[in-house]
Amino acid sequence: MAEFTFTDEQTQLRSAVRKFCTENFDEQTVRALMESDPPFDAKVWHRLGSELGVLGLSVPEADGGAGGSLVDQAVAVEELGASLACGPVFGTVFLAIPALVAASAGPVRDELLAELVEGRRTAAFAASATTVALTGDRLSGTVEAMVDAGAADHLLVAAEGPDWVGLFAVDATGPGVERTPLATIDLTRPQATVRFDEAPARLVAGPTDAERVISHALHVGSALLAAEQVGAAQHLLDLAVQYAKGRLQFGRPIGSFQAVKHRLADMLVDLEHARSTAYHAVWALTDGSDDPALAASIAQATCSAAFSRVARDTIQVLGGIGFTWEHQAHLYFKRATADAALLGTAEHHRDRVAALVLDTAVAERAPRIATG
Amino acid sequence: MSNAADADRVSELARQVVTDHDPKAVPIPEFLGACFDAGLSWVHFPEGLGGLGVSRGLQSVADSILQGAGGPVPLALNPMGYGMAAPTVREHAQTDEVKRRLLRPLATTEDIWCQLFSEPGAGSDLAGLATSAVPDGEDWVINGQKVWTSLAHRARWGLLLARTNPDQPKHKGLTYFVLDMHAAGVETRPLRQLTGHAEFNEVYMTDARIPDAYRLGEVGGGWRVAMTTLMNERSALGASGSRRGAGTIADAVSLWASRPDLQTPVLRDRLTQLWLRAEAQRLTSERSRATATVGGPGPEGSIGKLVGAELNQHIYQFCMDFLGPEGILYHSYALREDDREDTDWRGPLQQRFLRSRANTIEGGTSDVMRNILGERVLGLPGDLRADAGMPWKEIPRG
Repeated sequence: MAEFTFTDEQTQLRSAVRKFCTENFDEQTVRALMESDPPFDAKVWHRLGSELGVLGLSVPEADGGAGGSLVDQAVAVEELGASLACGPVFGTVFLAIPALVAASAGPVRDELLAELVEGRRTAAFAASATTVALTGDRLSGTVEAMVDAGAADHLLVAAEGPDWVGLFAVDATGPGVERTPLATIDLTRPQATVRFDEAPARLVAGPTDAERVISHALHVGSALLAAEQVGAAQHLLDLAVQYAKGRLQFGRPIGSFQAVKHRLADMLVDLEHARSTAYHAVWALTDGSDDPALAASIAQATCSAAFSRVARDTIQVLGGIGFTWEHQAHLYFKRATADAALLGTAEHHRDRVAALVLDTAVAERAPRIATG
Repeated sequence: MSNAADADRVSELARQVVTDHDPKAVPIPEFLGACFDAGLSWVHFPEGLGGLGVSRGLQSVADSILQGAGGPVPLALNPMGYGMAAPTVREHAQTDEVKRRLLRPLATTEDIWCQLFSEPGAGSDLAGLATSAVPDGEDWVINGQKVWTSLAHRARWGLLLARTNPDQPKHKGLTYFVLDMHAAGVETRPLRQLTGHAEFNEVYMTDARIPDAYRLGEVGGGWRVAMTTLMNERSALGASGSRRGAGTIADAVSLWASRPDLQTPVLRDRLTQLWLRAEAQRLTSERSRATATVGGPGPEGSIGKLVGAELNQHIYQFCMDFLGPEGILYHSYALREDDREDTDWRGPLQQRFLRSRANTIEGGTSDVMRNILGERVLGLPGDLRADAGMPWKEIPRG
């Protein structure tokens, strides 16, 4: 479909995921899950994969997926983000599955992909090869603060061989793997430091395609993370608007005051911009209509800033209640803070955009400058 | 008929027009007249009125062929005509005869249009305007003063909002007319602005007469008609080029690239933020075009107006800060009436910088735009109004 045009099936998909989230990720459930160990419900995760089929929407049917497009996956992710659905969305859906899709078919890749798409197993992903080294077929080294690693079954890890980089799968519960859970700002998205000590590793992508596979995963991950940021920011804007309509001070709804109204209008503008850049990146990765690296960085630079701003301003509109533990606003504010850092900060992505756009710009038709 | 079949028909007609009337060879009015007769001026209008009765989204199909062959951008030649008058006349003129009589010379740009809304005493509170229209036989007699009227000195027609009943609350006593700018009692004077130039005018109306046939909409229904005009103005003001990096941001990026000696990391990040804002707005316009239906522009167009205006200011402020001391020279404050026929009527960078201060005021201030987004898009309650329900003549003014 043409960019920004959603099919009826995608609209139905959105409703189905929203309904599933209402039933399974209501605020009370999310609060209970985020303080559990592991911090998600494995049975519900399995249902997301097998019953709803939304973990591998853009995975080819031959690989056990739905055979749809990344647009489908983004629509589902937006709804999961709106409810802060607990589970390894980041490690498994944003990064591991796209990496495996991009990797060449083979027994290891095929087996992992089928398990992850079905929701029977979960995975975490580490893209930086600098701290883990390969010796023979074993990995040694440390990955700090790996998202979703604590409860994952598989760890996909980039590692350096003698003169090449590869992507490997390690059994998280196997020998030579030590995981230390970390306390995180965002309780709904856990991290763990993982120490590998001659852990047996299976090759997923070798020297000829590891770099391509990893950068594809990061581009898709950036686009899907942007979709999550949009979904969560929309949820907050709806919440803030509803509150501003109902909360009375000085005998009037606070939303009738221009100071509050204009803040909400600015939040709307940022959200609409975020939605446009997120789905542009998703479409660019679907139909090749734009440079994926540029589109992904435009989306991350815009959506990280937008979600953070909407989260901050939602708390401001809510006033005192927004600062309490009891109100859900802080859960989203913390998600916004984490999301803005996970795949590169807005500043990091702006620097990439500058390298691609400004550093290469040529002076054509510069405006005349008056000289007095 | 399916959208695809309509699109084929539109492309076929556009190709026929450029074959029969090569825009590089024939005068502009002849070419644009041929577009009107083929129904390509505004494809969503009815047949016979410059349209084909198809989805307005297909206008881009026609425009890319017509302008691709070297045809002009009509909105640039007759901005008030194409951007505001055409949709208002089409929707609200009393007879098809009047619509046809006004729309064809508008489309050919033989008749330039202007908009007579704002007054010295009525800016953001437009509905409080004081220009009076009093019936006299088959005519209306107009008295009052309008301001910020661009192109009035070249215009043949003006879109006029006037008060026909001062005893009603302000929104209810207004009626909408088309004023012949050549009529007796209509005087246009240039209005000098802070750039030194006079791109706008003041228009004085002293016992000017308008035949009732040139009333648009009902007597007392002027506000509703004006909303058609304003929604189209805001979406026209907010519409930007669909090519990445086009528009005002191109000025800044070209300037940046032309002066490596002035580049610093701090300025680089600032320009990147502006570029990203422009790109996000461009994509948002694309998205809203992709999801647009046959209906007219909605309040969401206010996002484009709001962002475009503030972005323009920030971009030119960046250019000035980038240039440093070089930027504070000027070319001339000599009074000059802007006829927009120069190679680039926007003038040198410093003039564009000064001119950009108007962006957040003209066509609805950014403060009002945020009210519109808050109230019409988000559904927030309106502010308290001190003049609610009061007859217009009793409202304090000053």
